[in-house]
Formats: sequence, structure tokens, C-alpha cells
Amino acid sequence: MTTESGADSEAKQPQENKETEKGKAKAAAAAEPTSPQNQPEQLPAAAGHSTPARKEEQEHQEGDQVSHRSSTSRLSRSPLKGVKKTKIMECKVAMLDGSDFTINVEKRAKGQVLFDKICDHLNLLERDYFGITCRDVENQKNWLDPSKELKKQIRTGPWTFGFNVKFYPPDPSQLTEDITRYYLCLQLRDDVVSGRLPCSFATHTVLGSYTVQSELGDYDPEELGSDYISELRFAPNQTKELEEKVMELHKTYKGMTPAEAEIHFLENAKKLSMYGVDLHHAKDSEGVEIMLGVCSSGLLIYRDRLRINRFAWPKILKISYKRNNFYIKIRPGEFEQFESTIGFKLPNHRAAKRLWKVCVEHHTFFRLISPESQPKKFLSLGSKFRYSGRTQAQTRRASSMIIRPAPLFERSTSKRYNMSVSLDGAPIMENHETLMKDSAADGATKISTTGDIITMVTTEKKAEEEKAEQEDARMDETQEPTGTTPLGRDTKTDSEQTDFAFDGEMTATESDADDDSEMRTQDISPPEDMVKHQTNISELKRSFLETGENAPGLTEWEKRLSSSPVRSPREEAPMIEPLELQDTKDEQPAGEDPLEEVEPKATEAAGYLVKYVVDSIATDLATSSGPHGISLSTTMDDDVFMDGTRREVDEVLERSEMKVSPGAVRQEVSQAISDKKGTLIILKEADDKVDAEGKETRAAGDEEEPVVPEEAKAEESEMLSASKEKESISEDASVVVEAKTKMQSPKTEIKTDDMTQIKGTDSPKKAMASWLSEVVKSEVISESTKEVKQTKASDALQQEEEEIFTFEEVQTEQSKSSLSPITVSESSTTSLAVSTLGCVSSSEKGSAEPEGKMGVAMETKAAPAESTGPTGLDVVAVGTKEVPVVHTETKTITYESAEVDTNGDVDHGVLLSAQTITSETTSTTTTTHITKTVKGGISETRIEKRIVITGDTDIDHDQALAQAIKEAKEQHPDMSVTKVVVHKETEITPEEGED
Amino acid sequence: MANMCPYGRFTHAVVRGIPETFGKAAGDVRENGETSVELAKAQRQFGCLTGALRQKVGLQLIEIPPDPELPESWRIEDVAVIQGDTALITRPFKQQRRSEMEAVRRVVSELRLTVVEMGAEEGDTGGATLEGSDVLFTGREFFVGISSHTNHRGAEVLADTFRDFAVSTVPVCGGVRLRNICSMGGPDTIIISNSDGAKKTLRMMEQLTDHHYEVLTVPEDSAANCIYIKGPSKVDFLLHRPAEECPDSVSAFQKLQDYTLLPTACSEASKLGASLSSLCLLINRKHTHF
Repeated sequence: MTTESGADSEAKQPQENKETEKGKAKAAAAAEPTSPQNQPEQLPAAAGHSTPARKEEQEHQEGDQVSHRSSTSRLSRSPLKGVKKTKIMECKVAMLDGSDFTINVEKRAKGQVLFDKICDHLNLLERDYFGITCRDVENQKNWLDPSKELKKQIRTGPWTFGFNVKFYPPDPSQLTEDITRYYLCLQLRDDVVSGRLPCSFATHTVLGSYTVQSELGDYDPEELGSDYISELRFAPNQTKELEEKVMELHKTYKGMTPAEAEIHFLENAKKLSMYGVDLHHAKDSEGVEIMLGVCSSGLLIYRDRLRINRFAWPKILKISYKRNNFYIKIRPGEFEQFESTIGFKLPNHRAAKRLWKVCVEHHTFFRLISPESQPKKFLSLGSKFRYSGRTQAQTRRASSMIIRPAPLFERSTSKRYNMSVSLDGAPIMENHETLMKDSAADGATKISTTGDIITMVTTEKKAEEEKAEQEDARMDETQEPTGTTPLGRDTKTDSEQTDFAFDGEMTATESDADDDSEMRTQDISPPEDMVKHQTNISELKRSFLETGENAPGLTEWEKRLSSSPVRSPREEAPMIEPLELQDTKDEQPAGEDPLEEVEPKATEAAGYLVKYVVDSIATDLATSSGPHGISLSTTMDDDVFMDGTRREVDEVLERSEMKVSPGAVRQEVSQAISDKKGTLIILKEADDKVDAEGKETRAAGDEEEPVVPEEAKAEESEMLSASKEKESISEDASVVVEAKTKMQSPKTEIKTDDMTQIKGTDSPKKAMASWLSEVVKSEVISESTKEVKQTKASDALQQEEEEIFTFEEVQTEQSKSSLSPITVSESSTTSLAVSTLGCVSSSEKGSAEPEGKMGVAMETKAAPAESTGPTGLDVVAVGTKEVPVVHTETKTITYESAEVDTNGDVDHGVLLSAQTITSETTSTTTTTHITKTVKGGISETRIEKRIVITGDTDIDHDQALAQAIKEAKEQHPDMSVTKVVVHKETEITPEEGED
Repeated sequence: MANMCPYGRFTHAVVRGIPETFGKAAGDVRENGETSVELAKAQRQFGCLTGALRQKVGLQLIEIPPDPELPESWRIEDVAVIQGDTALITRPFKQQRRSEMEAVRRVVSELRLTVVEMGAEEGDTGGATLEGSDVLFTGREFFVGISSHTNHRGAEVLADTFRDFAVSTVPVCGGVRLRNICSMGGPDTIIISNSDGAKKTLRMMEQLTDHHYEVLTVPEDSAANCIYIKGPSKVDFLLHRPAEECPDSVSAFQKLQDYTLLPTACSEASKLGASLSSLCLLINRKHTHF
């Protein structure tokens, strides 16, 4: 086992992947701003997913990036990468035999380059068990991420590394080549001598004897002399007695080849209980010092050298960390009803992240068939960290293909063992003992293992649900890639949670940012969301900076929208619906089937949207009398899952803002939660239908595919949110839920209320389906800019339009946390990280049509939309480009004009329509939410714009804000700005190395 | 590792005779609520056990003569934990039992085992108590029952002594000892009682282990303590409580394929909270590496 006192634990990083640049970029971004909250770290680490297979996919992605993700390109453009000087750096690598290997690499080279060079030097083919370590500031060992540039992982100090075994094969006899076993032996010898791998005297004897046989060959007193053995190191505290025993045994091995001796060595070593266990110092919930051991089979909990608990990988649903807390969510036992989450305190944030990474990597390597795909999304909030190398299964398969003759290699009398200094350079001592013992001072016995651990029982989701979600997610992922729309893929936020999707069992979440409830991470993965948000933001920011404000942004946005089914549908859907409503009505009315209705992608979506609005109104009225509320709470928390989600989140936020009465929202949420499952199912159906109708340009087939994924995503998000249900944590979730509920309710209500909403008639399920379809459609819409279209009916009613622009600017990755809160927040609220520009114009918009056109310049292609549904007053201007970037750590500034939202909360207007449009540019995500309400004969249109700016570079936030406001005004001359909320999230200290 | 081999290979058994003060130890009777114990019967049962070990199973038996001054010295299992060539001399919970270890220490030394002491009362291991009847060695790992007689510190000492193995602590409920509710019934088989407390302990063991064990559940608590030995002749022997003592459990043992079952009475010792395994220490002097 490798124990390095807490410190050493390494953030093991994926070795091989060449993860896309994005990852790097993200990581870099993450690293840069170091917020106190750890967010930066989280970002990079984001998802340790263990989903398999990703390399290929990644590669694919890389190849496809152009189409799929603009992100990549962005990244490449990013300033960070801009500089290209080929500066050669000299790396000093401590090898397993104790020697130092000096090698030159380009300064900008990735870890993989160095790793490959070392392996080439060693003539090692079975490389996946190995990795490169480097020491951080605290002298803790960290695993180098092969997919990231070396220089970013070495903060300070010389370029010195270590070449070590990262994954200890449980059965070394299955290694293909002797040379691999040889290096494993070298590592284990060091583990033994350093005390990391404790063993009994007898075992020291046996291992030592095989070491001698391997290195020196047969016992030969004449040649070797009588004292030959004292030159070698076998144990932390080597005694004469031990040496004599070793010699005794050595004499009996005559004729044994070095390779055989090594096999024997390994056969004995592998049985040691601490073999391959990577120990990390921690404290349990009660502050008791414990050790967490990560190994091939799972997570072990030790107290004073005693194993007090153990969580096999299959038992772990999710792992996450936040700040210096590390959490695991445990699958409910046979007799337990609920999942539980167990938290541990690590010495610091880095240690928590290191542990998290190691867990993610070990889970992936040993538990999965193939690595999880990395988050493809451009804008993922979480850290994208995943183990991207080959899994054990893959490496075994690969190594079975090795056909070369056994390479000749020299078993040098390992230098290190001659000395009393271990490779690590640390004095030989029994680290393990130290580790294990230091903490345990007292004799107090803890009888119950579990007792030591804080167990939180979350009622939220059951594992099964999660599985389902994960599966869905997988589905989405898989589908998405295939799906025509590259953009959509980005949506998934998987990155945050590493769910060990493959198992369907585990999720690793990184949530550094969140301070609040630690537990959030659990199911909900709010923290994750947050993280992702941040990442996204930073990415956005970067892209934003890079790309011109105008056109490029649009395209990317569009892409994203299209690509991310989940998100877009929700947000956009509303917008679309109104416009399409007419269409849908016309068309769909005939077809009663909900499915069919859904099918018309754009149109239907619009219809749904409309319904949405209506419903929301109805709901609001019904539930909360006060607020006009058009509570279109269509917030999504999908962020976690998808980059796209992020958008959704934003949208959600906007929507939430839209919602007048928080109370209502909550109710809705709860409803939504209850409904979630049903809705999800429905959604899928809807998708199918959608295809048929699909008026819009997009091919039905395409739409369908995307839809499904979207749904799945949505579901996941919902699920997540559901799990989070706890308000504090689950703000996002709540939002999502709300959205769903609204969707559902609207349908039913809508039927009665508005003719426009064709679909409304159907049961809530239909609504859901429609919603989903909408989502899909929304994507379409975003492309086509259907936003403009809103229901004509609404026009009539609405005299006043309020536009609320919400500008969310999250520059830093940290924004994640902030974002999630924001979304949910209006109603429930957490602090919305996003800045909201609320422009409420009391001006009457007599004609629905003109107003209706939103300047969705960037993303959406307004033209088509307008043409189709000019009537709609709602105009959503998504000026992503313009987005003012406000860097805030978590500042939220609200500017409100006196006029303010009369409409919004106070009045009980009737909600005519609500739209949400989301557009994204590289660095900016803009979500526009338009709500129309009728109050006392006056129609009010309210537009909320939420702009999230993400970027690494400094942006004049004030200017950006001013710009955003200005644009908003220009776009809606007859409206007034009533509220501006600026939320800044800044990553304070980016730490590159950590990623 | 050096000492890893399937459970059950033993070459020697160490026992200690029943003194005439049997059952006279402070608190003995009250402790178990039993009325009285019959010394003669106890000695007879002891004779049967040792006879089975020697003649049926074929172990070399080392019998330490009884000492009237030490009324509980026949519970020799408590005094040492032996694995491979290492014997950990324990520190029983009861102060008056601590002199029992001297004879045992002498014997294991003669067997050329490496003797490890738990150390002085003070210092690092101060306060540590450990009794062998709270320790279950499965051949792959140790489980230490945290009971009224064994504490965490004691388990820690054990873990420090047998470093090759995982040492897991499990709760033992109801004032009993770990070995009262479970024992090894084969290289990968755990025999465990069906009581709620035992089930709870078993769940914890299953949670903590890296290995898979077959579990043989018996309806009676006292039946859960058996002695499994793979004799020199490669035969699987299982010493278990006879049908008179555990009528409901005998059928469970029949399920063990190809075992030689040796019903061994233990009613008198059982009245004092002991069981079959309490009466002997099993040692393997022929261990091989890997």
C-alpha cells in the first residue's frame, strides 16, 4: 500500500488521456482563480467519472471538436495557450530502481509526453499501472495528469518527478511481461522498506529472500561472501536476525530465475492487507483521526491501524468533495431504505481533492471496463477531471496483444535498496505506522464503526433512481455523440458528478465551491453544478474574449443550444411555444396525441412554452394568489450534467426570477418533484412524436435523437435536483422541478385557458412530454430564433411588457456555486450569482408583433422566428456577446428602479406567455426570459436577461455591464430597465498545479 | 505472504487441564446464571476433547497441568493469539487471569514461536485488553470483537503484531464474546449463530472483508462455536456440540460435505460462558511460504 501520510496522497490523474484541450483549459481556468472555496480545484477535477470508453470518444471529440464544440477552439485560442515558445525543460525523474533519469521535454509538453518518454526509456509496454508523481508545495505527492501540460502542474520548484506504480494490480501474475513485474517489484520493495507496506517479520524475510534471489541470483558463498546481504534493504528496521533468515531462505532458491523470484515476491506481497492501499489522513465526523485507504476494491477506513469500515466500489454511489470535506454516498443496504452520505474531513482542500481524484481513478481503473467519457461539453461546470487512461480491463486486453519477445533488461542492483534511503528520499521509517498510529492515541474503543462516521440519510433518491438517471445520462451521452447536433453534447454536466456511470453506481462529485451545506454534493450535485458553472463561465469568458462579440458568439451559441438538448428545451421552449402555439394549435389540434404534438419540434415547443406560461399563470394564481406571477419557473439545474445544462441553469435562474412568488415556486417545485418520474417518461414519448410533426427545418430524426438525450439529461437533472430537494442545497433542483411541474400543469390548464396551447389538453404527462419536446425544439428554435414568436393571443392581452434582463456574469469557475443558487433563487433562492438586469418597461406595447421580436441576434436566427410568429410580443434579446463581465467573488448587486416589477410579483396578472431564450457565445451565456402577463387589462411583458460571462482574462466589468444595459435598452427602446443584478464570482487564486 | 495459507492447518494443540477450582472463580456462576457445574463432568468432557484432537484429528497435544490457583486457566484460548509462527500473549480483562499466561508463554516458546507480549501495563499499550475468545482468524484476516473483555487498544496491538493481515473490529453485542457466536467451519466458511446480535456482527464482518466467505447459520448460539481442523491426513474435521446440547443445529453441520464430524460435549464449560474453542490453542508449526 502506498501510504503517504496524508500528504502523499496523490491526486492521481489520468494518465493517458489526452483529454481535449478543453480539459486543460478548464483546468487552467480552474487553477487560476483560487477562490477560498476551492472551486478552482473542483473545476479541474470535476468529474471523475468512470465511464468507460472514453478515450476513443475523446479522440473523437477532439476530432469533432470543431463541429461539436467550439469550446475546443476557444480554448486553443485562449491566451493561456497562445504563447508558443518551444522552450526545453530538463526533467529529473526518480526511477524505481533509485536512479535519476534526466530528460528534456518542451516546456509546454503534456504529462503524457514525459510519461511516454520514460516508458520508452524503460522499454515498458504495460504502462497503465504506472504514473508520474510530483511533489507539491506541501511536499505531497500528486499524480501528474498526462493530459495537462507539465508546466501547469508544477507550480514551483524544479522539474523533478517520480516514476511510480499508480495502480497495483491485484493479481500481478496476470501481467503479461516480466519487465512489468520487475518494475512493480521495485515499487513494492520501496513500499516495504519505507514502511508504507507494513508486513510481519516473516514476510520481510520471505520478500527479502526473493529480492536477493532476483538481484543476486543463486546463493554462492564464495562469490557473494558472507555479508552480502547487509548491503540490501528489506525492511524499515532491518536487523541482523532478519538478514540471517533471509540468507537461510536464499540458500533454498537455487536455480530460481530472477523472473520466478519476482513472481514469488509478488505472490506474497499481493496478499498483504495494505498492498496497493493508498492512505490518506482524515478525520471522521466526530473529529477522530482516521485513515482513508483507496485500493482496487474500494475505500477502506482505518483507525489506528484497525480497519473499521470498508466501502467497496459497488457500494459507493457517488464521491465528491467540497473544500476540505470528502463525501461518499452509500447505496442503501439490504435492510436500509435510504442512501447515506458519509463525510470526512481532510487536512485541507488539496488533500480532499487529491483523495477524490485518486478515488475517481481507482474506481475507473479497477471497476470499469472502459473509462468514462469525459465531459464533452464546452461549458461544463464541474471539473472535467476523469481518469482517461485505460482501465485494467483494457490494459489487460491490450497487453495480451503484446507479441514482442521478452525484452532483455538489466536488473540493476537497485541502488536505492542498498541505502537506507527510500526512493522518495524520505528517511526510511515506518510511515505506515506513523500514519496509522499517530492519530490513535487513546485506548478508547469505538465499537461501532459506523458510529464514527457521520451518516446523513437523504431521502432523496434511491440508488435505483440514480442509476436510472445515470443510465439516462449515458444514453444521452451516447446518443448525443451520434446525434447530429454537436452542440447538444456539451450540455451534459456529467463532469461534475462522476458517476460511475458504468456501474451505474457511483458518482464522483467535486464541489469545492460550495460552502454551505456540505451535503449538497450528494445526490443533487448542486456543488457540482456550481463547479460546472464556473468552468463554463470561465470558458465562456475566454471564448467571449476571444471571439468577437457578435457573430461568433451566435454560432457557438446556436451550436450549443442545438447540441444541448436538455437545456435548450427548457429554456427555449417557452419562447418557442408561444410562437408556435399557433402552429401547433393548428396542426396539433387535429392530432390529439400528445406525442404528435410534441413532435413538431419548434412549433410544438413553442406551444408548450405557451402552455407553460399559461400554466404557470394558472398555477400561480391558484397557488399563490398574490403574485402575478407568471411564474415560469423553468429553471434547470442540469448544469451538473451538461455544459448545456449550464445554460439551462441560467435560464432557470431567469425563469425563477420571473416567478413572482417564491412560495408558488416552491409549491411547484414540490409538485414537480412528485411528478418527475412520470414526466420523464412522458418526455421520451414526446420525442418520438416530435419527429413526426417537426415542422421546423430540422430533420425529424435528428431532433428525435437529440431529444431523447435531452430528456434523459433532463431527467437526470431532475433526479438530481429531486434528490437535492432540500431547499438549501437543492435550489437548482427545485428550479428544475418547478419547471417540470409547470410544464405539466400548464398543459392541463392550458387546454382550458388558451386555445393556443394545443397540448395542454393532455395530462401532465403530456405536458412533460411536450416539455421535453420543447426542449428539443428549443434547441431548434434557438437556431431558428423562434423566440420572437409568441402567442398572438398574448399580445392582445398584454399591453405592457416588462423585460427583464438578467445578466449573469460568472467569470470564474467558482461561479458554479453561485450560479446554482441563482437559478433557484428567485423563489427559494440562494444568492443568485448571476446578475440580473431587469428591465421593466411599463410602456405599452400595443402591437404584439413588433414587440415580440426579440433581438436574439446572436444565437437565434431571428428571421425565421419572426416570420413565423411575429405576433408574439415577447422579444428576447440575447446579447451574449455584449455581456458585461462582472467579476465577483460572490457579490450581488441589485439595481432597481422605482418602477420595478409592479407586474411581477405584486399583481396577479394572468400569465399570457413566457419564453426563455438562451444563447451562448464562447465566453457568455445569455438567457432571456420573457413573461407576459395581463393585469387588469394591461398586459405586461417582462424580460429578464441573464448573462453569464466567463473568462480568464480581465474584463472591464463595469463596461461590460454598461454595454449590456445599453444593448438591452437599444433592443427594447420602449421598455425600461427596472432591475440590474450583478453577481460576480471570481476565482481568487487559480492553482494550476492542482489540476 | 509468508503466513498465508488456508485456514485449518494445524499441527499442535495446547490445552490446560480443568482444576478442582473449576467454576470457583469470582463471578463465574453469577455471571452465567447457571446453577452449578460438575467438576467431574467437566473433566470428562475435557478428556473427550483432547482425545478427539489427538486421536481422531491427529494433532500433537501439549497439555499444561491445571493450577488450582488459576480457576480459569483452562480457558487457554484467551491467553494467546497464535498465527503462523507468531504468538501474541494477550492481556485478559480480569486482573487475576494475567498470571495464566506464564505457562503458555513457556510452551509457545518451546515450540519456537515468536512470542510477542502486549507490554507493560503502562505506556503505549496501557489499558489495552485483549482476549483470544474475541479474536476470529479466518486465514485471511482477523476480526476482533470489541466486547466487555477486549477493547480497541487491544485490537490495535493485535494489528501491530500481525501486520500482514487486515485486522477489523466488529461489535459484539449482548455481553458475549466474538467466538461465542461464530467460528470457522472451513477454509472459507464461517459458522455463525442465528441470533440478532450475531447477525449484526456478521453484517459488519461482511462489510469489512475483502473476501467472500460461506456462511453456515446455526439456530443455537452455543452451536456456533466449533473447531475446524484440516488434519495431517487432509481430512476436514469439525468438532461441534453434540445433539444433546444443540439439538437444532446438528442438521446444519450435516450440510458440510465430506467432513468428519466429531460431536464433542462441552456443557459444563459452556455454563461458564466458554465453549469448545476456549479450551485449546491451535498451532501450525509447518508453515510454508505462499
